[in-house]
Amino acid sequence: MPELTKDDRSAQAGPGGRPLLSMESVTLRFGGVVALDEVSFDIREGEILGLIGPNGAGKTTAFNALTGVYQPTSGRVVFDGQPLGRRKRYQINRLGIARTFQNIRLFGNMTARENVLVGADSHHRSGVLNSLFRLPMHRRETREGLRLADELLDMMDLAHRGDDLARNLSYGEQRRLEIARALATRPKLLCLDEPAAGFNPVEKQRLMDLIRRVRDLGNTVLLIEHDMRLVMGVTDRIVVLEFGKKIAEGAPEQIRNDPAVIAAYLGVDDDQLSEEDEHL
Amino acid sequence: MSTTAPRPAERRSLGDRWHEAPRVLKVLVWALVALFFFALPLINPPLLSTPDSDFGSVLFTVAGYGLVALGLNIVLGYAGLLDLGYVGFYAVGAYTVGVFGSLHGDLPWPILVILAVTVSTASGLLLGAPTLRVRGDYLAIVTLGFGEIIRLVALNSEFLNQARGIQDIPRPPSLELFELPTLSWDGAVATVDLNDTSVFAKFGLLDGVPYYWLALVFIILILVGDTLLQNSRVGRAWEATREDEEAAELNGVPTFRYKLLAFAMGAFIGGLSGALFASRQGSINPETFIINLSMLFLAAVVVGGQGNRWGALAGAVVVGYLPERFREVADFRVLVFGLLLLLLANFRPQGLLPPRRARRARKATQQLQHLEGTEGGARA
Ligand SMILES: Nc1ncnc2c1ncn2[C@@H]1O[C@H](COP(=O)(O)OP(=O)(O)OP(=O)(O)O)[C@@H](O)[C@H]1O
Ligand SMILES: [Mg+2]
Repeated sequence: MPELTKDDRSAQAGPGGRPLLSMESVTLRFGGVVALDEVSFDIREGEILGLIGPNGAGKTTAFNALTGVYQPTSGRVVFDGQPLGRRKRYQINRLGIARTFQNIRLFGNMTARENVLVGADSHHRSGVLNSLFRLPMHRRETREGLRLADELLDMMDLAHRGDDLARNLSYGEQRRLEIARALATRPKLLCLDEPAAGFNPVEKQRLMDLIRRVRDLGNTVLLIEHDMRLVMGVTDRIVVLEFGKKIAEGAPEQIRNDPAVIAAYLGVDDDQLSEEDEHL
Repeated sequence: MSTTAPRPAERRSLGDRWHEAPRVLKVLVWALVALFFFALPLINPPLLSTPDSDFGSVLFTVAGYGLVALGLNIVLGYAGLLDLGYVGFYAVGAYTVGVFGSLHGDLPWPILVILAVTVSTASGLLLGAPTLRVRGDYLAIVTLGFGEIIRLVALNSEFLNQARGIQDIPRPPSLELFELPTLSWDGAVATVDLNDTSVFAKFGLLDGVPYYWLALVFIILILVGDTLLQNSRVGRAWEATREDEEAAELNGVPTFRYKLLAFAMGAFIGGLSGALFASRQGSINPETFIINLSMLFLAAVVVGGQGNRWGALAGAVVVGYLPERFREVADFRVLVFGLLLLLLANFRPQGLLPPRRARRARKATQQLQHLEGTEGGARA
C-alpha cells in the first residue's frame, strides 16, 4: 500500500501540533473591495480547521491566497517554514497544498481515473523521452499512479466509476472525485471549499466521516462549510471571517458562544444556524 | 481489484473485443492495414483512384495533409491551443530546405530535413514562449499574424529571393532498387500494367508514389509516438490543461511548460511536412503559403474530430482527397466544401471521428494488469 498510509502524524501531534501554514496579516484587495483585511491564523499540523463566515466574507479568497491563485496585496503566507512568495501555483501544490473548488472544476472530458492520475502525476518526473520509449521510470510511475488512483477512488466510493467521464458523474460523485484528485497530489494540507454544498444531511454526514478519515491518514484539513452543526462536529478549531476580517478563532464550543460570531450570523440560535446554508 | 468487474458479455462491442485480442493478432492486423496503404497507389482501385490527376501525387498530397493534421491535432486537439497560423511552420520547414539545399547551399537531403525540423521547432519555441502565457484568444491572433509574417518576410527578403521563390530544391536520394508494376482496371478486371511502373524509391519529378511512401513512413512513426505520448503523463497533462488550465495548475501541472511542449511538437511536425512538400514540389514561393492553407489545415483537424488522431487523418482525406477525386465539381469546390462543413457542424459538431475517451480509459485498467503481470513474472 503506497502513499496513503503515511505514519499517523495526527495521532501523536493531535490538534495543537506545530503550525503547518500561517497566514500572516494577509490583505487582499480587488480594486476597492477589501476581500481580506489583515487576516492572520495558523493551521496546525494534523488538525481539521474550519473556516466559516457569511457570504462574501472572504473564505474562498483566503483559499486563493494560500494556493497561489492570487498574490496577497500585503502580508504573507508561510507554509511548512517557507514563505510562499511568488511561487507558481503548481509549485505550491508540489510543496504540499491541494484544494477543491467551490464550483466543481474537474477535467470533464477525462475519465474519473484519469482525473486522479493527473493529481498523482504531480510528483512524477517522466517526460517525453520516458513516455515515448516506455522506459523503466515511466513504467514504475504508471504503476504507482494507477494503484494510488484505484486506492483513492475506492476510498471515495468511486471504484465503480473509474472509467466514466468525469462530466457524466453525479453531482455528489463529482465532489468526491475532486477530493480524490486533490489527495492524489499527496498534500500535507488539504483545502476543501464547501465540499458538501448541495448535499442532503445524510450525504453530508458521510462526507464529514470521510474527511475525518482523511485526517486520520495524516493529512491536515482546512474546511469551508456553511452548515454550522457539521462544522462544529468535525473540526478541531474554527476561524470565523466577516467582511474580510477575522472576528473569532477557537474551539467549536467557544465559537458557538462567541457574541461576535452570533452577531455575524444575525443572532440566530443554534438550530437555525444549521439551516444557514439553505438560504445562503 | 474491485474496479475490473467483468462487463456483461452482451455489452462487449467490437472495439472491446479488439482490445482484448492477443497482441500478435493486433500487430498482424496493423501490418496488413499499413501494407494496404503502401500498396494503394499500385493497386490503383477503380473507385478510389483519381481519373483526372495522378493518383500517386494525390495520395502524397493527402499524406502531407495527414502529417500536418496530426501535428495540429497535438496543439489543438490535445492541448487545446488555437493555432491559426500553422502554415507558418510549414513555410519555415519548406524554406529551410530551399535555402540550404538550393538558394544558399547544397547540403544533402537528410541533413536538410533535420535542419528544417530544428528551425521550425525553434520558431515554435520562440513564438510560444511569450504568447502561451497569455489567454487563449490572444494566441489565436498572434499565431494568425505569425503565419502572415512568415509569408511577408519571404516575399520581401532579398535573402529569400522575394516573390521569385526558390527552385531546384533537392529531392530525397533515390534508391532505384526495383520496378513495381501497377494494376490497371477494366471494370472489375485487373491487369498488370507493365508500361506504367513505379521504380521503388526513385524520387523523380513525375512519379508521386515514392514521396507518398516516404510521407506514409513518417505518418506511421508519428502515429506510434502520438499514441505512446497521449497515453502517458505528458498526454494527461495536455488534456488537463485543455480542460481547465487553472485546475490543472493547482493540481501540480506546470501548464505553461506543457503548452510550450505541444506547440514545439506541432511546429516540429509542421516543419517536417513543409520540408517534404518542398522536396516533392522542387520549387516554392511565398504565394504557396497563403493563410488559406492554415484554414485548410485547421479544417482537417476540426472536420475529422479534434483530439482523435484517426479523426485528424480522416479530416486530411476530406480536405486533400475529395476535391481531387471529384474534379467534376471543381468549380464549385469551395461551395461544396462550405456546405459540407455546414452539415457537419449541424450533425456531427464533434467531427467525423470524435475521441473515444471512454474506451481509452478502459485501457488504463488493462495497462495496470499488464504492468503488474510482468512485474510479478520478473520477481518469480
Ligand atoms: N476575482 C475577484 N474580483 C473581484 N472581487 C472579488 C474576486 N473574488 C472575490 N471577490 C470579492 O471578495 C469578497 C469575498 O469573496 P469570497 O468569494 O472570498 O467570499 P466567500 O466567503 O467565499 O463567500 P461564499 O460563502 O459566497 O463562497 C466578495 O465581496 C467578492 O465579491
Ligand atoms: Mg466561497
